[in-house]
Amino acid sequence: MTFLSSIFKRRSSAPVARDRLQILLAHERIAVGDGKDDLLAKLHREIMEVIKRHVAVDQDKVQIKMDRGAQCSVLEIDVEVPGLTDRPENAKKD
Amino acid sequence: MAKVLVVTSGKGGVGKTTTTAALGAALAKAGQSVVLVDFDVGLRNLDLVMGAERRVVFDLINVIQGDANLAQALIKDKRVDTLSLLPASQTRDKDALTPEGVAKVIADLSEKFDWVICDSPAGIERGAQMAMHHADMAVIVTNPEVSSVRDSDRIIGMLDSTTEKAKAGEKMEKFLLITRYDPQRAARGDMLGTDDVLDILSIPLLGIIPESPDVLKASNVGAPVTIAEPDSAPARAYTEAARRLMGEKVEVTIPTERKGLFDWLFKRRVA
Repeated sequence: MTFLSSIFKRRSSAPVARDRLQILLAHERIAVGDGKDDLLAKLHREIMEVIKRHVAVDQDKVQIKMDRGAQCSVLEIDVEVPGLTDRPENAKKD
Repeated sequence: MAKVLVVTSGKGGVGKTTTTAALGAALAKAGQSVVLVDFDVGLRNLDLVMGAERRVVFDLINVIQGDANLAQALIKDKRVDTLSLLPASQTRDKDALTPEGVAKVIADLSEKFDWVICDSPAGIERGAQMAMHHADMAVIVTNPEVSSVRDSDRIIGMLDSTTEKAKAGEKMEKFLLITRYDPQRAARGDMLGTDDVLDILSIPLLGIIPESPDVLKASNVGAPVTIAEPDSAPARAYTEAARRLMGEKVEVTIPTERKGLFDWLFKRRVA
């Protein structure tokens, strides 16, 4: 069945292109249109400001991952905090 | 008073210059007086596509800086006498385009012609901003492909925020022209369809130009496709788009290649 359907059902790429564009542009229109950041970019900026207020952060030790989706978006900020060697874990915020 | 039209896209290589030449020639053939203005300072090409590259003496920058007057710089087309070209400078850079200078040139051209068509450079920098700044209407040239659609969206945002019209609180008329469209690939689901692109960009459709070897053939010989191959599918699509620009109600279709009986027999023979 899966073998047959994989032969007969061609996977077309245009719907994928369409969906990717719609998600991307939904975010870009907010970002570029009013010169304002979208929520994710704003959160990223403000979270970093708060962290910097308390610890000196080395920019190279910060990892940021963003995944903008139609239904939900994920912002993952991974900060390596120096001088806290007694703690095994890095400060982590998702 | 002329209509000032900008042909723009954001992305390069989608067919702005081809479109400027083809639409301009189609409007001129319909009896309108048309001037094409190349804003791609440093990388001019409209002169080459129009077949006027050996007749360029003065350019847009010369006019802006007062080294030449408009009458000296305008190149009249030899095939359609209501069509003229104002070339861009090949040696200067885009900083030579001053807002006041461009405003004066556009105002002067508006008195002489029915249509002032500005061929925008790619990108969103000074040249592109100058090309769109004084426009009354815009044709956004888009290929059915993700990066082109994204850049078009960005350009539409700029047209609605940075232009003279937008700043005066007026609405800029914007039209989408889909170029290099392949109906078969779109039907197979391997290319964004016109509905997809229209849905995403949500501006009115001016026309759909099918992918065709005739476009390259026309630029090879230095003629707009609407002059070089007027019966070809892309030329008919451009001619209909020009009629829509003039306010005619023409239903949007995708022209296909016309094959004559002779072509058909000949093709058979060769194969």
